Amino acid sequence: MRETAMEVDREDGRSQNQLRPLACSRNILHRAHGSASWSQGDTKVLAAVYGPKAGTKKNENPEKACIEVIWKPKTGQIGKPEKEYEMILKRTLESVCILTVNPNTTTSIIVQVVNDDGALLPSAINAACMALVDAGIPMKHLAVAICCCVAKSGYVILDPTKLEEQKMKAFAYLVFPNSVHSVLPEGSLRVEGEPIENGIITSVTHGIMSVDDYFYCLERGRAASVKLSDFLRRNLQQQSTDSSKAG
Amino acid sequence: MGLPNANGDLSTEVEVDAFRRLFPLHFYEKHLLESISPDARPLGRARETTIALGAVASANGSALAKIGSTTMLAAIKMKVMTPSLETPDEGCIVIDFHMPPICSPIVRPGGPAEAAPVVAKQLSDTILSSGMINLKELSLVSGKAAWMAYLDIYCLDADGALFDTALLSAVAAFSHLEIPVVSLNDDGKIVLSEEQGLSDREPVNKEKRKINLSSVPFSLTCVLHKNYILADPTAEEESIMDTILTVVLDSSSQLVSLHKPGGTVLAYTSAIQVS
Repeated sequence: MRETAMEVDREDGRSQNQLRPLACSRNILHRAHGSASWSQGDTKVLAAVYGPKAGTKKNENPEKACIEVIWKPKTGQIGKPEKEYEMILKRTLESVCILTVNPNTTTSIIVQVVNDDGALLPSAINAACMALVDAGIPMKHLAVAICCCVAKSGYVILDPTKLEEQKMKAFAYLVFPNSVHSVLPEGSLRVEGEPIENGIITSVTHGIMSVDDYFYCLERGRAASVKLSDFLRRNLQQQSTDSSKAG
Repeated sequence: MGLPNANGDLSTEVEVDAFRRLFPLHFYEKHLLESISPDARPLGRARETTIALGAVASANGSALAKIGSTTMLAAIKMKVMTPSLETPDEGCIVIDFHMPPICSPIVRPGGPAEAAPVVAKQLSDTILSSGMINLKELSLVSGKAAWMAYLDIYCLDADGALFDTALLSAVAAFSHLEIPVVSLNDDGKIVLSEEQGLSDREPVNKEKRKINLSSVPFSLTCVLHKNYILADPTAEEESIMDTILTVVLDSSSQLVSLHKPGGTVLAYTSAIQVS
């Protein structure tokens, strides 16, 4: 069974389940309809949203809004890993946004990697969500993304740095819907009898891990996503009260 | 939203096809209620799978895999190269996945399909991280020569479950792979030996040998729709359902990869069911 409170030596002195310091600012680019910068420790990602623009792309369904993602790496040419990130981001955001509100439109999201120090895809997903909020695109709920690593000896750490990621035998990027503070009664927001925040929107894993390890990662990730959603909520509320004072 | 009325035999037939095109989601839902999919498969059953080894005679190893109508041809060509300084004992595998326009009406010439680089990367991640092939086996002379295996997978017919078929064909091609005999010639270069071995050259490896595969990965793609999990979707099913999930397990039941890009929220219980 798992040992609780195992003392693990992480290079920056964090505990197993501790996330790196988060920072997020919105409305940093003036020409974009929405923009956000998200940093987790040294990993920093910038996201910009342009949209909705008229017309959908060729093979897309014109009865729904279309989301297009462009991923720009920090250095180098665009290759297969960038295309994979684009596809994962696109699918994740498609399930988070309400696509039927503006049919036959395209919303473009451009993600620019400013610095990559581990957990790049989750940071990008978080940044993209905040940028969508800044642009005012209607969404069902926010997506909260986290990275969990499994080491050879079986313990799980959250939010790894790049060095830690390379040493681990497997890691998983998990995206959860954010926790809900709702005025509706308890029962109505359940999916298959579990509260909606217990589901997974996206999961991408690399490396071999046992099925039990994976479920353990899910639990840890779930717990950490609650902390992340609180951070998001405070950040959004704070900035909206600031702008209302200025307005 | 008119439902077709049973008005005589011919008109019912036409109506069903039209219904399938116009309201695909309703069409599938009606089938899912009966726990069956339109091609008469029960929900949990995958399509018929066939593998043919040695499909390409000129390649060192090859296989043709078919799951239902999805067809993939994998071929491996071995070339000798110098290993990198950090890993002098290891060979290298380069995996490339192509989706030529023959495979599907949505792929147009002049640019790769959207799905191609994603499947390629997933495939290379899975094969390299599953530890199926020990790269040290691909080494010839430590520090000087090692094999580089070029694995090319061509999609000939794309009808859903691309990753599954590609992985199957890649594993089959590796199992069919025979490493050719080589020897060191006077310049210190490795050359392929001829049939009747020349007496002054010692072959570096004595005979054509097969490569050892450990922990072979298997994958299954499913689509999720409300409470139903439909295994091994066709292209039509994949395009209308918004949640696709691919699980890769290896022979010791370890999870190699769980790939679920976006889609509806999946509760824990369903995740357990799938694995």
